[in-house]
Amino acid sequence: MKKINKIKIKINGKITTIVDKITLAELIKDLKIPLRKVAIELNREIIDKKRIRNMKLKNNDVIEIVHFIGGG
Amino acid sequence: MRDKLIVAGKKFNSRLIVGTGKYKNMAECAKAIELSGADIVTVAVRRVNISNKNQPLLMDYIDPKKITYLPNTAGCFTSRDALRTLRLAREIGGWKLVKLEVLGDKKNLFPEMIETLKTTEVLTREGFKVMVYCNDDPLMAKRLESAGASAIMPLAAPIGSGLGILNQVNIKIIRKQTKLPLIIDAGLGQASDATIAMELGCDGVLVNTAIAKAKKPFVMAEAFKNAVIAGRQSFLSGRIIKTIMGSPSSPTKGII
Repeated sequence: MKKINKIKIKINGKITTIVDKITLAELIKDLKIPLRKVAIELNREIIDKKRIRNMKLKNNDVIEIVHFIGGG
Repeated sequence: MRDKLIVAGKKFNSRLIVGTGKYKNMAECAKAIELSGADIVTVAVRRVNISNKNQPLLMDYIDPKKITYLPNTAGCFTSRDALRTLRLAREIGGWKLVKLEVLGDKKNLFPEMIETLKTTEVLTREGFKVMVYCNDDPLMAKRLESAGASAIMPLAAPIGSGLGILNQVNIKIIRKQTKLPLIIDAGLGQASDATIAMELGCDGVLVNTAIAKAKKPFVMAEAFKNAVIAGRQSFLSGRIIKTIMGSPSSPTKGII
Protein backbone atom coordinates (compact mmCIF):
# COMPACT_ATOMS: atom_id res chain seq x y z
CA MET A 1 0.00 0.00 0.00
CA LYS A 2 1.21 3.45 -0.92
CA LYS A 3 1.95 5.68 2.05
CA ILE A 4 0.02 8.95 2.14
CA ASN A 5 2.28 11.82 3.03
CA LYS A 6 0.87 14.56 5.18
CA ILE A 7 1.87 18.18 5.57
CA LYS A 8 1.14 20.83 8.15
CA ILE A 9 -0.31 24.18 7.11
CA LYS A 10 -1.82 27.08 8.99
CA ILE A 11 -5.34 28.19 8.00
CA ASN A 12 -6.67 31.35 9.61
CA GLY A 13 -4.26 30.97 12.50
CA LYS A 14 -4.97 27.28 13.11
CA ILE A 15 -2.43 24.56 12.37
CA THR A 16 -4.03 21.82 10.29
CA THR A 17 -2.71 18.57 8.87
CA ILE A 18 -3.66 17.87 5.28
CA VAL A 19 -2.75 15.36 2.60
CA ASP A 20 0.33 16.25 0.60
CA LYS A 21 0.03 17.35 -3.04
CA ILE A 22 -3.36 18.92 -2.52
CA THR A 23 -4.02 22.18 -4.40
CA LEU A 24 -5.39 25.37 -2.89
CA ALA A 25 -8.56 24.91 -4.96
CA GLU A 26 -9.08 21.42 -3.50
CA LEU A 27 -8.57 22.72 0.03
CA ILE A 28 -11.15 25.49 -0.47
CA LYS A 29 -13.56 22.91 -1.86
CA ASP A 30 -12.97 20.54 1.09
CA LEU A 31 -13.62 23.37 3.53
CA LYS A 32 -16.88 24.12 1.67
CA ILE A 33 -15.99 27.77 1.33
CA PRO A 34 -17.88 29.76 -1.33
CA LEU A 35 -14.96 31.04 -3.41
CA ARG A 36 -17.03 33.89 -4.82
CA LYS A 37 -17.42 35.45 -1.38
CA VAL A 38 -13.87 35.28 -0.06
CA ALA A 39 -10.32 36.46 -0.66
CA ILE A 40 -7.29 34.29 -0.06
CA GLU A 41 -3.77 35.04 1.04
CA LEU A 42 -1.00 32.46 0.75
CA ASN A 43 2.14 33.28 2.72
CA ARG A 44 1.11 36.94 2.89
CA GLU A 45 0.51 37.22 -0.83
CA ILE A 46 -2.97 37.80 -2.19
CA ILE A 47 -3.93 35.04 -4.57
CA ASP A 48 -5.72 35.50 -7.86
CA LYS A 49 -8.70 33.18 -7.40
CA LYS A 50 -8.48 32.07 -11.03
CA ARG A 51 -5.06 30.58 -10.40
CA ILE A 52 -5.77 28.39 -7.38
CA ARG A 53 -6.30 25.22 -9.41
CA ASN A 54 -2.61 24.98 -10.12
CA MET A 55 -1.33 25.97 -6.70
CA LYS A 56 0.06 22.97 -4.80
CA LEU A 57 0.31 23.50 -1.07
CA LYS A 58 3.60 22.93 0.74
CA ASN A 59 4.54 22.17 4.32
CA ASN A 60 4.30 25.25 6.60
CA ASP A 61 2.21 27.27 4.16
CA VAL A 62 0.21 30.00 5.88
CA ILE A 63 -3.25 30.63 4.46
CA GLU A 64 -5.69 33.38 5.32
CA ILE A 65 -9.25 33.23 4.04
CA VAL A 66 -11.34 36.35 4.65
CA HIS A 67 -14.82 37.59 3.89
CA PHE A 68 -17.09 40.52 4.66
CA ILE A 69 -18.83 40.73 8.01
CA GLY A 70 -20.83 43.44 9.76
CA GLY A 71 -18.80 46.49 10.65
CA GLY A 72 -19.04 50.25 11.09
CA MET B 1 -36.49 65.33 -7.97
CA ARG B 2 -34.08 64.49 -5.18
CA ASP B 3 -30.50 65.60 -5.51
CA LYS B 4 -28.07 62.72 -5.44
CA LEU B 5 -24.94 61.99 -3.50
CA ILE B 6 -22.05 61.59 -5.94
CA VAL B 7 -18.89 59.82 -4.79
CA ALA B 8 -16.10 58.99 -7.22
CA GLY B 9 -18.50 59.50 -10.12
CA LYS B 10 -21.10 57.09 -8.72
CA LYS B 11 -24.57 58.38 -7.90
CA PHE B 12 -26.51 57.38 -4.81
CA ASN B 13 -30.08 58.25 -3.89
CA SER B 14 -29.57 58.27 -0.14
CA ARG B 15 -27.20 60.55 1.72
CA LEU B 16 -27.23 58.24 4.71
CA ILE B 17 -24.53 55.58 4.87
CA VAL B 18 -24.95 52.97 7.57
CA GLY B 19 -22.61 50.57 9.28
CA THR B 20 -23.48 46.89 9.62
CA GLY B 21 -21.81 46.23 12.96
CA LYS B 22 -23.11 45.86 16.54
CA TYR B 23 -26.54 44.45 15.62
CA LYS B 24 -28.05 41.52 17.55
CA ASN B 25 -28.05 39.41 14.40
CA MET B 26 -27.94 39.59 10.62
CA ALA B 27 -31.72 39.72 10.23
CA GLU B 28 -31.98 42.76 12.50
CA CYS B 29 -29.12 44.41 10.64
CA ALA B 30 -30.72 43.79 7.23
CA LYS B 31 -34.09 45.16 8.31
CA ALA B 32 -32.58 48.28 9.88
CA ILE B 33 -30.66 48.95 6.67
CA GLU B 34 -33.79 48.58 4.60
CA LEU B 35 -35.67 51.02 6.82
CA SER B 36 -32.81 53.51 6.76
CA GLY B 37 -33.05 53.69 2.97
CA ALA B 38 -29.26 53.60 2.73
CA ASP B 39 -27.64 52.74 -0.62
CA ILE B 40 -24.18 52.24 0.89
CA VAL B 41 -23.23 50.09 3.87
CA THR B 42 -19.83 49.74 5.47
CA VAL B 43 -18.51 46.23 5.98
CA ALA B 44 -15.47 44.79 7.72
CA VAL B 45 -12.98 42.22 6.42
CA ARG B 46 -12.40 39.32 8.79
CA ARG B 47 -11.30 35.68 8.80
CA VAL B 48 -13.83 33.10 7.65
CA ASN B 49 -14.82 30.81 10.52
CA ILE B 50 -13.37 27.53 9.29
CA SER B 51 -14.78 25.36 12.07
CA ASN B 52 -18.39 26.55 11.78
CA LYS B 53 -19.45 26.30 8.18
CA ASN B 54 -23.07 27.07 8.92
CA GLN B 55 -22.25 30.53 10.12
CA PRO B 56 -24.58 33.01 8.38
CA LEU B 57 -22.90 35.18 5.75
CA LEU B 58 -23.49 38.90 5.43
CA MET B 59 -23.92 38.55 1.67
CA ASP B 60 -26.85 36.20 2.23
CA TYR B 61 -28.68 38.97 4.09
CA ILE B 62 -27.57 42.10 2.28
CA ASP B 63 -27.36 41.73 -1.48
CA PRO B 64 -24.22 43.47 -2.78
CA LYS B 65 -25.93 43.84 -6.15
CA LYS B 66 -28.61 46.04 -4.60
CA ILE B 67 -26.62 47.83 -1.90
CA THR B 68 -23.09 49.12 -2.36
CA TYR B 69 -20.65 47.48 0.03
CA LEU B 70 -18.06 49.90 1.33
CA PRO B 71 -15.23 47.79 2.77
CA ASN B 72 -13.54 49.48 5.70
CA THR B 73 -10.32 49.01 7.60
CA ALA B 74 -11.86 49.13 11.06
CA GLY B 75 -9.45 47.80 13.64
CA CYS B 76 -6.33 48.70 11.66
CA PHE B 77 -3.67 50.65 13.52
CA THR B 78 -0.99 50.75 10.82
CA SER B 79 -0.78 51.63 7.16
CA ARG B 80 0.47 48.12 6.46
CA ASP B 81 -2.61 46.47 7.98
CA ALA B 82 -4.99 48.87 6.26
CA LEU B 83 -3.41 48.24 2.86
CA ARG B 84 -3.51 44.49 3.39
CA THR B 85 -7.19 44.64 4.38
CA LEU B 86 -8.31 46.73 1.42
CA ARG B 87 -6.30 44.77 -1.12
CA LEU B 88 -8.04 41.64 0.19
CA ALA B 89 -11.42 43.39 0.04
CA ARG B 90 -10.80 44.23 -3.60
CA GLU B 91 -9.96 40.59 -4.29
CA ILE B 92 -13.24 39.38 -2.76
CA GLY B 93 -15.26 41.04 -5.47
CA GLY B 94 -13.57 43.88 -7.24
CA TRP B 95 -14.42 46.59 -4.75
CA LYS B 96 -12.51 49.79 -5.44
CA LEU B 97 -14.61 52.24 -3.47
CA VAL B 98 -13.35 51.82 0.09
CA LYS B 99 -13.36 53.49 3.46
CA LEU B 100 -9.95 54.01 4.97
CA GLU B 101 -9.64 54.25 8.71
CA VAL B 102 -6.30 53.97 10.50
CA LEU B 103 -6.70 54.34 14.22
CA GLY B 104 -4.08 55.69 16.59
CA ASP B 105 -5.43 55.08 20.07
CA LYS B 106 -7.41 52.12 21.40
CA LYS B 107 -9.32 54.21 23.96
CA ASN B 108 -10.47 57.29 22.05
CA LEU B 109 -10.26 55.64 18.60
CA PHE B 110 -9.00 58.85 17.05
CA PRO B 111 -7.52 58.46 13.58
CA GLU B 112 -3.73 58.31 13.21
CA MET B 113 -3.54 60.97 10.53
CA ILE B 114 0.08 60.56 9.42
CA GLU B 115 -0.52 56.87 8.63
CA THR B 116 -3.91 57.73 7.12
CA LEU B 117 -2.39 60.28 4.74
CA LYS B 118 0.39 57.93 3.69
CA THR B 119 -2.09 55.12 3.06
CA THR B 120 -4.42 57.37 1.05
CA GLU B 121 -1.54 58.15 -1.32
CA VAL B 122 -0.68 54.48 -1.83
CA LEU B 123 -4.28 53.38 -2.33
CA THR B 124 -4.99 56.16 -4.80
CA ARG B 125 -1.94 55.14 -6.84
CA GLU B 126 -3.29 51.58 -6.88
CA GLY B 127 -6.59 52.76 -8.36
CA PHE B 128 -8.72 52.70 -5.23
CA LYS B 129 -11.36 55.36 -4.64
CA VAL B 130 -10.72 56.22 -1.03
CA MET B 131 -13.23 57.70 1.36
CA VAL B 132 -11.11 58.77 4.30
CA TYR B 133 -12.06 58.79 7.97
CA CYS B 134 -10.20 61.70 9.53
CA ASN B 135 -10.19 64.15 12.37
CA ASP B 136 -11.97 67.48 11.94
CA ASP B 137 -8.81 69.39 11.07
CA PRO B 138 -9.21 71.59 7.95
CA LEU B 139 -5.46 71.47 7.20
CA MET B 140 -5.35 67.70 7.28
CA ALA B 141 -8.51 67.59 5.15
CA LYS B 142 -6.65 69.65 2.56
CA ARG B 143 -3.70 67.28 2.63
CA LEU B 144 -6.03 64.32 2.07
CA GLU B 145 -7.62 66.09 -0.86
CA SER B 146 -4.18 66.65 -2.43
CA ALA B 147 -3.37 62.99 -1.83
CA GLY B 148 -6.32 62.01 -4.02
CA ALA B 149 -9.09 61.18 -1.53
CA SER B 150 -12.56 60.61 -3.03
CA ALA B 151 -14.38 61.81 0.08
CA ILE B 152 -13.44 63.53 3.32
CA MET B 153 -15.04 61.90 6.34
CA PRO B 154 -14.35 63.82 9.51
CA LEU B 155 -15.53 62.51 12.85
CA ALA B 156 -18.25 64.32 14.75
CA ALA B 157 -16.91 62.85 18.00
CA PRO B 158 -15.13 59.59 18.99
CA ILE B 159 -16.50 56.46 17.30
CA GLY B 160 -19.51 55.07 19.12
CA SER B 161 -19.58 57.96 21.63
CA GLY B 162 -22.94 59.41 20.59
CA LEU B 163 -21.78 62.93 21.47
CA GLY B 164 -22.87 64.57 18.22
CA ILE B 165 -20.88 67.20 16.31
CA LEU B 166 -18.40 68.69 18.77
CA ASN B 167 -16.78 71.23 16.51
CA GLN B 168 -19.26 72.72 14.07
CA VAL B 169 -16.91 75.55 13.14
CA ASN B 170 -14.26 73.15 11.84
CA ILE B 171 -16.83 71.27 9.80
CA LYS B 172 -17.99 74.57 8.28
CA ILE B 173 -14.41 75.52 7.42
CA ILE B 174 -13.80 72.14 5.78
CA ARG B 175 -17.07 72.54 3.86
CA LYS B 176 -15.98 75.93 2.58
CA GLN B 177 -12.62 74.76 1.33
CA THR B 178 -13.53 71.50 -0.41
CA LYS B 179 -15.73 70.43 -3.28
CA LEU B 180 -15.16 66.78 -2.44
CA PRO B 181 -18.01 64.89 -0.81
CA LEU B 182 -17.92 65.73 2.90
CA ILE B 183 -19.43 63.02 5.04
CA ILE B 184 -19.66 63.07 8.82
CA ASP B 185 -18.41 59.75 10.08
CA ALA B 186 -18.66 58.60 13.67
CA GLY B 187 -19.90 60.01 16.93
CA LEU B 188 -23.53 60.80 16.15
CA GLY B 189 -26.03 59.87 18.84
CA GLN B 190 -29.48 60.83 17.67
CA ALA B 191 -31.32 61.78 14.50
CA SER B 192 -31.08 65.55 15.07
CA ASP B 193 -27.26 65.24 14.98
CA ALA B 194 -27.59 64.08 11.38
CA THR B 195 -29.85 67.01 10.56
CA ILE B 196 -27.26 69.42 11.98
CA ALA B 197 -24.53 67.78 9.88
CA MET B 198 -26.59 68.20 6.73
CA GLU B 199 -27.49 71.80 7.64
CA LEU B 200 -23.78 72.56 7.97
CA GLY B 201 -23.54 71.63 4.30
CA CYS B 202 -22.23 68.09 4.58
CA ASP B 203 -23.02 65.77 1.67
CA GLY B 204 -23.91 62.86 3.87
CA VAL B 205 -23.52 61.11 7.21
CA LEU B 206 -22.33 57.68 8.25
CA VAL B 207 -24.07 56.10 11.23
CA ASN B 208 -23.69 52.75 12.92
CA THR B 209 -23.87 52.64 16.72
CA ALA B 210 -26.63 55.27 17.06
CA ILE B 211 -28.96 52.99 15.09
CA ALA B 212 -27.69 49.54 16.04
CA LYS B 213 -27.60 50.23 19.77
CA ALA B 214 -30.81 52.29 20.03
CA LYS B 215 -33.51 50.58 22.11
CA LYS B 216 -35.60 50.42 18.93
CA PRO B 217 -33.12 50.20 16.05
CA PHE B 218 -35.81 50.00 13.35
CA VAL B 219 -37.52 53.21 14.48
CA MET B 220 -34.15 54.93 14.84
CA ALA B 221 -33.17 53.82 11.33
CA GLU B 222 -36.24 55.58 9.96
CA ALA B 223 -35.59 58.60 12.17
CA PHE B 224 -32.09 58.96 10.70
CA LYS B 225 -33.44 58.56 7.19
CA ASN B 226 -35.90 61.40 7.74
CA ALA B 227 -33.38 63.52 9.62
CA VAL B 228 -30.88 63.41 6.76
CA ILE B 229 -33.56 64.34 4.23
CA ALA B 230 -34.81 67.16 6.47
CA GLY B 231 -31.31 68.51 7.01
CA ARG B 232 -30.48 68.44 3.34
CA GLN B 233 -33.72 70.22 2.39
CA SER B 234 -33.15 72.77 5.11
CA PHE B 235 -29.61 73.41 3.85
CA LEU B 236 -30.75 73.80 0.25
CA SER B 237 -33.63 76.13 1.23
CA GLY B 238 -31.40 78.97 2.39
CA ARG B 239 -32.14 79.70 6.01
CA ILE B 240 -33.15 83.14 7.32
CA ILE B 241 -30.64 85.54 8.84
CA LYS B 242 -30.35 85.33 12.63
CA THR B 243 -31.34 88.51 14.51
CA ILE B 244 -31.49 89.22 18.21
CA MET B 245 -34.75 91.19 18.00
CA GLY B 246 -38.21 89.86 17.23
CA SER B 247 -40.04 90.27 13.93
CA PRO B 248 -43.81 89.64 13.99
CA SER B 249 -45.15 86.92 11.76
CA SER B 250 -48.57 88.54 11.33
CA PRO B 251 -49.17 91.90 9.56
CA THR B 252 -49.07 94.86 11.94
CA LYS B 253 -51.51 96.82 9.75
CA GLY B 254 -55.25 96.47 10.26
CA ILE B 255 -55.04 95.43 13.89
CA ILE B 256 -58.44 95.99 15.53
